This record gives sequence, C-alpha cells and structure tokens, in this order.
Amino acid sequence: MKIIKNLFDSLRPSFEEGGKFERYYTAFEAMETFAFVPDHVTHNGTHIKDAIDLKRTMFLVVIATIPALLFGMWNTGHQHFLALGQFADLGDGMMEKFIFGAIKVLPIVVVSYAVGLGVEFGMAVYKRHSVEEGFLVSGMLIPLIMPVEVPLWMVAVATIFAVVIGKEVFGGTGMNILNPALTARAFLFFAYPTKMSGNSVWVNTTEGTPVDGYTGETLLAQSINSSSSYIDQAGTAYSSVNDTIYAAFMGWIPGSIGETSTFAILIGAAILLITGIGSWRIMLSFLLGGLAMSLLFNLWDVNEFMRVDPILQICMGGFMFGMVFMATDPVSAAQTNMGKWIYGFLAGFLGIMIRVFNPAYPEGVMMGILFMNVMAPLIDHYVIEANIKRRTKRAALAA
Amino acid sequence: MSTEVKAAPETAVAAKEPSEPLFSKKNKLLLTDPLNDSNPITVQVLGICSALAITVQVKQAVVMSISVLAVMIGGNLIISLIRNIIPSRIRIIVQLVVVASLVILVDQVLKAYVYDVSKALSVFVGLIITNCIIMGRLEAFALANKPWPSILDAIGNAMGYAWILIAVAVVREAFGSGSIMGWNFIPDAWLITNGGFYAHNNMMILPPMALIVVGIIIWIQRAKNTALIEEH
Repeated sequence: MKIIKNLFDSLRPSFEEGGKFERYYTAFEAMETFAFVPDHVTHNGTHIKDAIDLKRTMFLVVIATIPALLFGMWNTGHQHFLALGQFADLGDGMMEKFIFGAIKVLPIVVVSYAVGLGVEFGMAVYKRHSVEEGFLVSGMLIPLIMPVEVPLWMVAVATIFAVVIGKEVFGGTGMNILNPALTARAFLFFAYPTKMSGNSVWVNTTEGTPVDGYTGETLLAQSINSSSSYIDQAGTAYSSVNDTIYAAFMGWIPGSIGETSTFAILIGAAILLITGIGSWRIMLSFLLGGLAMSLLFNLWDVNEFMRVDPILQICMGGFMFGMVFMATDPVSAAQTNMGKWIYGFLAGFLGIMIRVFNPAYPEGVMMGILFMNVMAPLIDHYVIEANIKRRTKRAALAA
Repeated sequence: MSTEVKAAPETAVAAKEPSEPLFSKKNKLLLTDPLNDSNPITVQVLGICSALAITVQVKQAVVMSISVLAVMIGGNLIISLIRNIIPSRIRIIVQLVVVASLVILVDQVLKAYVYDVSKALSVFVGLIITNCIIMGRLEAFALANKPWPSILDAIGNAMGYAWILIAVAVVREAFGSGSIMGWNFIPDAWLITNGGFYAHNNMMILPPMALIVVGIIIWIQRAKNTALIEEH
C-alpha cells in the first residue's frame, strides 16, 4: 500500500500544471482515485454524505457479477466436454472444465476492458474531463453476454461502438440513454448475426468431434423449434419439465457466457439488493412482467413455444441476467419509484413477448430492455406530471 | 435540356446591367455555404430520407447526387425565370409541376443509360419530387432571386447534399460490403465463410446505421465548426 502511495506521490508533479504530462492529468487522476479514496472534499453547499462514491458503487456491481463469471467459465468447459462426450457427469473434471473455460473466457474480458478503457481514457484526455467510472461495469457485462465462440475483434468493435455511440456522444457516464453493454450486444447481433445466434456459437467444439445427437442448440432454440422435450448437449433428453427447469436454473446449459445460471445471477442480485445498489422495484416488477406475459401465452396456447412453463421461460436465455444487471442500470432506467415499477414490468413483459412472437430474435429480453431504456424518460415525465397534478388538486381542495 | 438553352439570353441580359461580377463574394458564398455552414443534410436536416435509403452503395449515391443536381439546377433556373409571373397563391403547384417534369426527364435518362442503378434506386428517383431540399430552395431562394444566383444556389446545395451522401455511402459500402464503387478490397479468403476471420458488418446495410453515420458526421462537423453550436 505504502509503495503504491509513494509511487503516485512521486509521479504527481509531472502530471500537474506545468508538468511534462500535464495533458494526461485526467488519466493520472483516474488511476489515483481508483487506488485510493480521494482526499479532496466538496467545500460549499449541502451534500448528502455517503461512504461510497461512484467508483465503489461500480466496483460492488463488478463483484456481484463474479459468481456468474466463475460459473460461466466452468460451464464453458462443461459444455465443451459434454459435447465431446468426456467428463459427462457434473462433478467430473472440475478443474479441467474450469481451466478450459477460463482460457476461452478471459481473453474476451481482457479485450473488452482494454479496448473500452482505452477509448474512455482517450476521450477523457481529448475532451479534458476526468475519466468516468461507468465502464468498470460495462466492461464486465459485455463479455458475460457474449457467446463463447465470438471472435475477439468483434468484441473490440462492439465495445468501441458501445462506448462511443452508446455513451460518449450523449456526454459520457450518467448521460447515456441506452445501456452500453446491451448496445454492444445489439450491435453485434445485427452486425454479425452468424456469430451471435444460431447453433454453432454457444459451445466450443473445434478441438474434437461432437457425440451423436449433438445439436448445439440452446434451450431457447429448442423451444422455438417446437420440441416438446428438451435434450442436453450430449443428446440425452431431460426426463421431465422439472428436470429441464432445474438444469436451466442451475445453469449447466449452453448460452452466453454469464447468463446461463439463474442461481449464480441470484447470488449477484442478493449482493446488489443488500448493498442497496440495485433497485428491488425494477427487479421485482421485471420478474412479474415476464411471468405475466408467459402466463398469458400459456392461456393463448397457439404453438409449442407459448406452452412453455413460465418458470422455465424466465430461467432460459438472458431473462434473469437482464433483470439483475441490465434493467437495473441506474442511468438508463426510470428514476421515479412509480416509474421503476412501470419500466420494469414492461421491460420483462416485452422481453418475453418479442422472444415468443419473433423467433428470429431469440434474445427478446435485450430488445425489451433497450426499448424501455428509450421510454424511461417519457415514463418519468408522466409520473412527475401526475404527481404535480394530484398535489395541485389537493392544494386547491385545502385552500 | 432545351430550358438551359433558353436560359442563356436571360442571364446575358442580367449581366449587361451594371451589376455585381459573376463570381462576387456574395455569389461565391452561395456556392460554398451549403457545403458546410448551412449544409442541407447535417445542418438543416433536410432530405434525410433519401440519405438513409440509397447510401448502401457508392454508385447509387453518386447517381442519386447527379440526379438531384440536375433537377435542382433545372428547377431553380426555371422558377427563377418565371418568378415574376407565378401567381403567389398557386406557386407550390407550379413548383411541383416543374420539379415533377424534371424528375420524369431524369428518370427516363437513368432508365436509358444506367438501368441497373435505376432499378436499385427504384422509387427514390421518383421521390426526388418530395425531397425537401429541392422544394425548400425553390421556395426560399429561386422565387426571390435572379437566375444566375439561383443556379449557384442550386449547385451549392446539391453539392452539400452530394458530399454527405457519398461520404455516408463510402463508409457503409466499405464496412458493409467490403468494397468501394463495386471494387472489392477485402480478399475473399479473409471471410469467415471461406475459413478466414473477417465478416462484413450487416448493420451497415441497414438504414439505422446510415442515421448513425450521418450523426457521426454531424458530431465531427460541429466539433470542428464552432459557429454551428447553439447557445443554451
């Protein structure tokens, strides 16, 4: 600790005014406040005193994603070996699976952070404002919502797009309309559909021959293709719906890296809720919205996909991940309490709706959240208007 | 074409009067202003529809730009010539008739000489009639100015329209199809479908990306040209 402190202290003069690297002060300041809580305080006006600043908030969200990340690494390996017919039992080859997954996943994380932070630092130095913390979370979320087989340069392109078009054009962290991580995924989804959807991107099978019966389909794809019973990557059918739900809940199914395990995501959700960073209103209403739409589809009952059990429906695909980490993004979500209920409910509702109605867009949750991101300011506007109207009426009555 | 022959004596008459030189400072501004400070697409935000629709390939954008240039020059010239005899109550209809005839002419020429591009542009050649830039310039400029400045204004605005269109098209074709003017600069062996690593960006083919590219051009333009930044 002391060494780092001394390092910063010795470097400071060359970054301050008149120093050699004066232009890069913002970069220096970002690194310093990343390592230590800054010693400067606000001087005037009333402020809310709080123990955590934006950087610590962001860091807690990153910590909340770690269970999903670790599980994702193991699952990447598990799916790979399952498809090749090795270590078929869940408990077998823990380390091999984890290491295989880590080798596949970590480069994506590194690319996402390196490119994203590079763009952020560049922008900050160019625009001469301090480096903003927003990317700490986006940089973690982007790899978690990628298929494992995505080429690294695509991750880089999507990250640049997300940071520049999703955030910087609007004025940086806190100003963005859309969730940057979802912007990155939506960009890839439309730009390179062959690498973002289909049956060949979720499981790595390049280093061996898959077993008989292997399809590479996710549960979602199987639902869309109207299979009445689900099979896993080894080609074995799940014995019952409850078995499928259990697998989808625990997460040993193919899918994007971090979104398969509802269980790991719920650990993250608990961290976010206990620390008060994630909004429980959004999470709860999002869940209710998704369940409501699934139940409506159950009643409608036109095709196989509409008959999917509501619990399975919300455990499949990115629904849970979207609920916990995407919809709760404090910047792009609605700000008012009433607005949060409406925003969350409609995002979940639309997510399932798009997923079922349009088989070409299996990841309807992404679309649902992005759509509600755009609508959030409108919702807030009407919630505030309604409140003003109600209070004027009350004041008029009292007078 | 015949209209331009007729136009010559008129401008000659205008030039005989003791007036400003052909390329006075004011007239030069008519040419250069729409390229940047009052660009029809990025500043006035007119003609966006066609800019989104026909910028998938550079060739289409070039043909479209030339068509709009021809229609604008013809339209501005004719309206400017008859500006004093148009009853103001029916001026919009007169403008429409003039523009529509010119567009039909252009359409026929395109069909005769560049059939494939004409096919690709499809309805958008016909929609030049409704291009806000053309009607806007007729209404705002040609109706109140002499033929020569009107021609300059038409050229300036059409060029302002053209360079944005072509810039967007270059970006979209380069990233979306890996080519410029149909010339492939990405070797086929690089493509993922052929075992390589590269894939064309499908989103560049979709209209939303055109909007984003126009947005980026506006962003860069405003960063360079501080006169455009509104005060709040």
